[in-house]
Amino acid sequence: MKYGYYPGCSLERNAAAYDVSAHAVARTLGFELDELDDWNCCGATEYIAINKLAAYSLVARNLALAQKQLHANGNGHLAADGRAQLIAPCSACFLNLRKADRYLQEDAKLHSMTNEALAAGGLHYDPGAIYVRHLLEMIVNDVGYDEVKRHVTKPLNGLRVASYYGCLLVRPHLGGELSDAEYPTELESLMKALGAEVVDFPLKTHCCGGHMTQISAEVAYELIRRLLQNASEYHADVLVTICPMCQLNLDAYQTRVNQHFGTNFNLPILYFTQLMGLAFGLEPKTIGFGKEIVSAENALIKIQRSPEPAAAPTPTRPRKKKEEGLPMPRMPEDEEVTA
Amino acid sequence: MEEITVSVPDTVKPKPVFLEEVSAATPGVSRLEMCIQCGTCGGSCPSGADMDHTPRALFAMIRAGLRDEVLQSNTPWYCVSCYYCMVRCPQEVHVTDLMYTLKRMAIREGYTDHEAAPDFSQTFIGYVERYGRSFELGLATRYHLAHSPLRKVGIGTLALDMFTRDRLAFVPKRIKGMDGLHAILEKAKAITREAELTGGTQLL
Repeated sequence: MKYGYYPGCSLERNAAAYDVSAHAVARTLGFELDELDDWNCCGATEYIAINKLAAYSLVARNLALAQKQLHANGNGHLAADGRAQLIAPCSACFLNLRKADRYLQEDAKLHSMTNEALAAGGLHYDPGAIYVRHLLEMIVNDVGYDEVKRHVTKPLNGLRVASYYGCLLVRPHLGGELSDAEYPTELESLMKALGAEVVDFPLKTHCCGGHMTQISAEVAYELIRRLLQNASEYHADVLVTICPMCQLNLDAYQTRVNQHFGTNFNLPILYFTQLMGLAFGLEPKTIGFGKEIVSAENALIKIQRSPEPAAAPTPTRPRKKKEEGLPMPRMPEDEEVTA
Repeated sequence: MEEITVSVPDTVKPKPVFLEEVSAATPGVSRLEMCIQCGTCGGSCPSGADMDHTPRALFAMIRAGLRDEVLQSNTPWYCVSCYYCMVRCPQEVHVTDLMYTLKRMAIREGYTDHEAAPDFSQTFIGYVERYGRSFELGLATRYHLAHSPLRKVGIGTLALDMFTRDRLAFVPKRIKGMDGLHAILEKAKAITREAELTGGTQLL
């Protein structure tokens, strides 16, 4: 099966680990992510703050391109209702595309003006023509847990995973989201299918701070701290995300958060597709391991997977505390070993 | 019976209602008029504590026509777009979309000189308008040089972490259809400018 694919700007470089692992997982599961030709940025949460019509036209250019390319014969796997399907792995891109499609259907004036702007570039979009979906939702609903399980060759036994959804896929209700806006469970079920041990994570749909790291860093640091704290309280070995913005904030800003609050968090932030790839037996290096700033090496060691391909198995270091013990600060020498 | 005519002085004549203006400028159906002042939005907001006014208070102020106070408020700029308010609102008011509308109005009417957020948005879209894609390195350097040079050291170490893992591009990527995109965005801006002149607020 072939789906249209809108990677979004982050996946080109910053979140390349997500892109490469998404494609690898697709190959294993037998579907193809066919990149939209010459797509442009979705405008994130920025363009809409400046100019509404330009923001909607920017998003609509992608939808118009998708309509042109995906409805062409054999280019895409159509949904049951005949709509061409466009998969977005980034939650922000997903929401922008889906929201534009929805509001263009509801708002006749916005619809006609947006198409007037698109016409200047020789394009046209019929709202409702494209079914925008998030990669997680598509894997869960089209592939299914059983089929995922069937491909697991190296189950993630014993790996404690905090499943983090963030905001933009689960909210707002514009169609195509997961089962619940505040307490979805799809990602946990998927992680369980991989053999991982899913930990409780009450803040799983709380905000990572979005662009506030750039605008009012202290506001963002507090939001990031809450998430890291919560996942650590439940002794998570790793936190999995479904969004490049969440990954960036929790991973790249973890050191800053530690400096700001005097905390000692050391939680690797990975994409859900990376854990899928691991369970499918793929080499960590080929699915973006090593790109994370907070190293996932300890997590790999825990499940007897070497971070380096074909290297000698690294001996597991004995745990310095009892399983049932309270979380302890990490010793500096631990950090040096993993760095 | 003698007919009584009351003449209303010009100053009391109702101006275009601020509430309607904000609602009309919001894409889709905003449902702002339906707000029952329950405060679920403010109670759900992760950055509510940092706001001058909670969304609930701001909506009461919009209804009261307090244009200056509303557009000067830092509330929309502290919105993190998490949409908690929007899914919890019993009246299904599109709170987050309304925050974007207030941002646009505040920028257009010159209320935002002291805020860094509009510059961040402007710098971000500057690269998108030029290349069709976002450009993180350019955005970070240009924006932080202007707004928080003292943070440069910290941003530098972060950038270095990103570089060493090949997560930050040195040069922006330009899409092939840049001419077409440019024409589309220019047309959208021209339509917006025309609406500004003719008072078509539902567009802005």
